[in-house]
Amino acid sequence: MEVNQVQRIGVFVCHCGTNIAATVDIKRVLEAAAKEPGVVHAEDYQYMCSEAGQQKVREAIKEKQLTGVVVCSCSPRMHENTFRGAAQKAGLNPYMVEIANIREHVSWIHKNIEEGTEKAIILTRAAIAKVMLNAPLQAGQSKVVKRALVIGGGIAGIQTALDIADAGYEVDIVEKTPSIGGRMSQLDKTFPTLDCSACILTPKMVDAAAHEKITIYTYSEVEKVSGFVGDFQVDIRKKARSVDMSKCTGCGVCQEKCPSKKIPNEFNRELDNRAAIYTPFAQAIPNVPVIDRENCIKFKTGKCGVCSKVCLAGAVDYEQQDEIVSQNYGAIVVATGFDTIKLDKYEEYSYQSCPDVITSLELERIMNAAGPTKGHLERLSDGKAPKSMVFIQCVGSRCADERGKSYCSKICCMYTAKHAMLIRDKYPDVDVTVFYIDVRTPGKNFDEFYRRAVEEYGVHYIKGQVGKVAEHNGRLLVQGADLIDNRRILMETDMVVLATAIEPNPDVRKIATMLTASIDTNNFLTESHAKLRPVESPTAGIFLSGVCQGPKDIPETVAQAGAAAIKVVGLLAKDYLVTNPCVAKSDELYCNGCSACEKVCPYGAISYEDREVNDHGIREVRRVASVNSALCQGCGACTVACPSGAMDLQGFSNRQILAEVDAICR
Amino acid sequence: MVYSYYPGCTLKNKAQDLDKYARMSAEALGFTLEEIQEWQCCGAVYPMATDEIATKLSAVRALNDAKEKGQDLVTLCSACHHVIKRVNDDMQNVEDIRTRANNYMELKEPYSGETKVLHFLEVIRDRIGFDALKEKVVKPLTGRKIGAYYGCMLLRPGNIMAFDDPENPTIMEDFISALGAEAVVYPYRNECCGGYISLKDKELPGKLVDQVMASAAYKGAEELITACPLCLYNLKHSGSGKKLTVSYITELLAEALGVKEE
Repeated sequence: MEVNQVQRIGVFVCHCGTNIAATVDIKRVLEAAAKEPGVVHAEDYQYMCSEAGQQKVREAIKEKQLTGVVVCSCSPRMHENTFRGAAQKAGLNPYMVEIANIREHVSWIHKNIEEGTEKAIILTRAAIAKVMLNAPLQAGQSKVVKRALVIGGGIAGIQTALDIADAGYEVDIVEKTPSIGGRMSQLDKTFPTLDCSACILTPKMVDAAAHEKITIYTYSEVEKVSGFVGDFQVDIRKKARSVDMSKCTGCGVCQEKCPSKKIPNEFNRELDNRAAIYTPFAQAIPNVPVIDRENCIKFKTGKCGVCSKVCLAGAVDYEQQDEIVSQNYGAIVVATGFDTIKLDKYEEYSYQSCPDVITSLELERIMNAAGPTKGHLERLSDGKAPKSMVFIQCVGSRCADERGKSYCSKICCMYTAKHAMLIRDKYPDVDVTVFYIDVRTPGKNFDEFYRRAVEEYGVHYIKGQVGKVAEHNGRLLVQGADLIDNRRILMETDMVVLATAIEPNPDVRKIATMLTASIDTNNFLTESHAKLRPVESPTAGIFLSGVCQGPKDIPETVAQAGAAAIKVVGLLAKDYLVTNPCVAKSDELYCNGCSACEKVCPYGAISYEDREVNDHGIREVRRVASVNSALCQGCGACTVACPSGAMDLQGFSNRQILAEVDAICR
Repeated sequence: MVYSYYPGCTLKNKAQDLDKYARMSAEALGFTLEEIQEWQCCGAVYPMATDEIATKLSAVRALNDAKEKGQDLVTLCSACHHVIKRVNDDMQNVEDIRTRANNYMELKEPYSGETKVLHFLEVIRDRIGFDALKEKVVKPLTGRKIGAYYGCMLLRPGNIMAFDDPENPTIMEDFISALGAEAVVYPYRNECCGGYISLKDKELPGKLVDQVMASAAYKGAEELITACPLCLYNLKHSGSGKKLTVSYITELLAEALGVKEE
């Protein structure tokens, strides 16, 4: 084997207490490592990552003039940075450190000491072979744009934006609908304190709108994202509102006079209708209507124009065009929220065929004074007040088959207890029954709240699921099971409320793709670490706020929104970011300009340029690949795709990888 | 088009109408039901016991017979359809059952679920088409209000039967509409009639059938149709409530196609 005699390698084997030492014969690993060419030092220690352990590494580097270090320990994800830091302190380039993972890859998965030891020796050899070929690398710098983008203007997005803005940084909120406010603006009361949702949300909406550091783009969508942490370039499409925001006074006359009033009102979950020119709700921010062009008579037939005629401010503008705003951001927060699942596969509950079977979110609107029934609890079929109501929990949540979601939607137990309690409080003659699988109330004052519904308000809780809801003789027949009493139940009721599973907003897939942020099988955005980095996406510079990351209630959402904000602030507070030097690099002399690498690069980091190259004295202009090291994430896809071997990944070069393979196969 | 046809025992006895009108209608619609030779009782629901192999063999024989002829296998009785489709699924996907059944059968070539199993209604929906059926109707059933009774065995388990949405099926309603009648949708159309329980307990099927009848009548149905001989029996003979007349899907079809003997 070719040995670079200049290299002086030190090997440090960690016991990790008994984590490694119980399954790997440390002494034999040390002996084997010491025999490897180039190795001038080998020692072991109980906890190499401790200060005392790092001290050993530093001293050895200095005393033995080490040029490379191999640490046999846990995963590099855990302590690579620790040992790189130790090396740097001792004057060694941090990229001259390699980790042989003999914990996760060996001791934790093997039981037999013979096998474990053999594998640990092989991995150590591979790391030594690699470090022989390591070259010192220098991390670069990239600037940070001191402005953040928040996608989604619900409570999560509003709170994140407020917290970032209060720290002194510019924030833009992009909201798809005509107003900020999100789902929370549709809720009537909030558990467990029963304060009115609007009363606690609208002041925050006003704060956001009034904040000098916050710019709100409503009726707008993110259209294109490029760039990278610290400097994303984003195109925002401001959809044509058809109303001039600078002129509109929000008087509302246009909405009253609009002759097209039969459009399902999204804000009231389509339980009533709205006009073609509309603000979604009275407290909307901005209080400027939009024209729904698909349903506007003027846009459909060219005739009408009533809203323009009645507008004293002259704000209606049928000629308005979509506008693209291009802006640079240092960080992006996703706060796209949720919707309830579709119930078309759950017709055993007769949701589609019977207007008296409603979802819990629809009940929120019915209970709300600004809702379709002005806050009166009534059946949508005949307007009569119900005498009996049945709530069904876990509709589509914790579902074993492909119709629903495998997860618990987390908020339903509490809001169902809230609904049951509010109804019993306001209409004491209404009998309320709740069918449940489990009642889950982990949260501050949550279980007490549920107990109150049962004990003080006399809500009947039945453990069991409902198999069928059928309309019969003007009422609803509910067929279910009482698992505690072990009996079938067939009861008549007047209204059925379905605690429908929640799922991430369907648009999140598109947004995640634009951001190259990873997403799980349920379309929830993945956090960087389930416990230790819960508000960061694995993609640098992308942060998560609210239900887009997983089901949560309002208090949790607000807490997470604040956490995301502080992470953004931590990033924006820096003037420069240190970049990872382990990026791809193309050798222009080998590059044949085929574009194979450009096609496979998931980060858009490779472009082609015509450059003059000096090929052994022959100067000519060639079309060659060029890597933007700020965009490159070091995934290595291009190095595999490159047919001529021009592309190589620094720190993981083809030679280094092959040396590792050779060492393993030796 | 010629289909292998598995009538099943009941269609040779109690449910001869179901069989007779199916054959007549099929000819009128341009396809032939060719009864497979030496078919045996499917075993009704008993072959669904997973540890039992012998009871599945009859279904495998019928399936293999159709495979050798290169034909799809058509059934009518809900129970036969249920058993044969599920055994076919077992032969495709459950290695243990496939191996043991083939070891026992010693066929020329092992059977692994190659045959496509179709219910008579699926032939009409997927091969003929309801629009084409509508064109063949000579005596439209105009003005009749008919409720479809699916029962449970055609629909469930939904992923294996793959017949229709188990909670909101439409195939029989589309069938009724194609024949010119008004299809009445009622919530209890996919509930169980009590099945074989009526052999030992009259009370339970009685309750269930009364509920089905009341639900259908409330929604305005004046008569019911079913594909299942056992459902037909229970709907007619169990329960004490008001009764709607019940007939087989094929009788209604033969009538609309003008091939029913008066």
